[in-house]
Amino acid sequence: MLGTPLAWWLAQTRSRIRPVIEAVTALPLVLPPTVLGFYLLITFSPASPIGGLWLDATGSTLTFSFAGLVIASALYSLPFMVQPLQTAFEGIGRGPLEAAAVMGAGRLDRFFTVATPLAARGYLTAVVLTMAHTLGEFGVVLMVGGNIPGRTQVVSIAIYEKVETIDYAGAHVLSAILLALSFAVLLLVYTLNRRFPVQAG
Amino acid sequence: MDLRLDFALRFGDFTLMLAESMEMSGVTAVFGPSGCGKSSLLRVIAGLERGAAGTVALGSEVWQGPGRFVPPEQRGLAMVFQDARLFAHLTVAGNLAYAAKRAGRAAGFSTDQVIRVLDLAPLMPRRPAQLSGGERQRVAMGRALLSRPRLLMLDEPLSALDAPRKAEILPYLERLAGEGRVPMLYVSHAVSEVARLADRILLLQAGQVTLRGPLADVLSNPAAVPLLGVADAGAVLTGRVLSHDATDGLTLLGLDQGQLTLPGPLGPVGSLVRVRIPAQDVILSLTAPAGLSALNILAVTVTGIAQGQGPGVAVGLACGSDRLLARVTRRSVTAMGLTEGMQIFAILKATAVGQQDIGAG
Repeated sequence: MLGTPLAWWLAQTRSRIRPVIEAVTALPLVLPPTVLGFYLLITFSPASPIGGLWLDATGSTLTFSFAGLVIASALYSLPFMVQPLQTAFEGIGRGPLEAAAVMGAGRLDRFFTVATPLAARGYLTAVVLTMAHTLGEFGVVLMVGGNIPGRTQVVSIAIYEKVETIDYAGAHVLSAILLALSFAVLLLVYTLNRRFPVQAG
Repeated sequence: MDLRLDFALRFGDFTLMLAESMEMSGVTAVFGPSGCGKSSLLRVIAGLERGAAGTVALGSEVWQGPGRFVPPEQRGLAMVFQDARLFAHLTVAGNLAYAAKRAGRAAGFSTDQVIRVLDLAPLMPRRPAQLSGGERQRVAMGRALLSRPRLLMLDEPLSALDAPRKAEILPYLERLAGEGRVPMLYVSHAVSEVARLADRILLLQAGQVTLRGPLADVLSNPAAVPLLGVADAGAVLTGRVLSHDATDGLTLLGLDQGQLTLPGPLGPVGSLVRVRIPAQDVILSLTAPAGLSALNILAVTVTGIAQGQGPGVAVGLACGSDRLLARVTRRSVTAMGLTEGMQIFAILKATAVGQQDIGAG
């Protein structure tokens, strides 16, 4: 949701702050998850302006809640969404969009009828990478969510816990599910990918 | 309807500057060498170059002016790009439908007519990646026509094609030009294309207009020779097919004053044919020659003499209402004592006129 407009803007803009925004977007790639988690924990805490606002608006805290977990994951996975999309949008070039404009297609029209379908491969890659990455994340979730069973416990942490408590059988089951699921998704992606038109003239 | 252009567009140290008012009917050619600003001119008219400073207006409608910029999608134009720019994610039918769905209100062709005129029916289910270069340009032309533009702009639509493909597309373009339903602005750096299609011509050189006017006038203007390129210069004549000689494979063409015999069946008897006569293939003579192998001898009047940089001189000639252009050496001009107003003879070898120089009148 956040990724598409951001990627579109990055692909189109000639603004001077573009490198700054690109760098910020890519930060989660290089930062240890614990660092990001730590900052998010502070930002989300009821004592901070953002966390406080959320508490006032919804009556629950962002930290150690499922909502906070989702927001943290989205931020953490942002580069995996933005970068493939940005590359895809840039790959389309100005040509087809200008052609559409001269034919009478307005901005939104051009975006949905030309840019989006031509970036289909980019979308697929982005969604899968983001999903896979979110599935496997650990540090940020642990920091922000706090691993509360039934509320903010995720599979990867559950596996870790099972291994820690020497419940190998349980760990096997969860790991196998995760492995099968990941493989199935990737297989689907590579199969679908062949069906999309290669971008050319 | 006039297209008014009065603007400047800068790219680094190149500036495209125009102050023109052009009548938009028939085919107007914008001619010039690569990098003279032809394509940029079309892009400014289309609204794809926001950097242009000045006024762009069609009739009473101001598209661009002080504090005003009408985006491309609201200008009601169509453009055929050099590289076709078809939508790769749509079939040919989808590409055509995309334009038809967003069509303007100007008079034009129906989908069926476009498909028929451009022979698109067999291509409809294909994707752009499965088309040849020539087919892509045909689809791009169809797509442009279906958006029912008030002005159709073509940016060197043939330059990416090889000679056989060009020969394949040109008749389609001629048919469109002949229909005259959509005014066209045709950018090209090939004299032969312009000579076959255009009614009016605008010569562009290094971002400036150097010559303008009706096609026959500009192409027969001796001053245009260096701008067109000495090898490509040549006037355009329009004649009516009088008769065919099947045994010799020749066609007799009637001009305003005089006749031309040219190779090949040029068209049905009675039809108008446009012929480009390369300037370097015209020979001049002070007296009516006899005993020559050349079939065409026209009595002409010298209308102008233009000295170029090299040893060549361009001589403008009038033959009734038709104009001719000859390119001879400076030495010949001196030896013959050519001056404006002199009555002389122009000799043309029938075979000098190639098939690419002949089009519908």
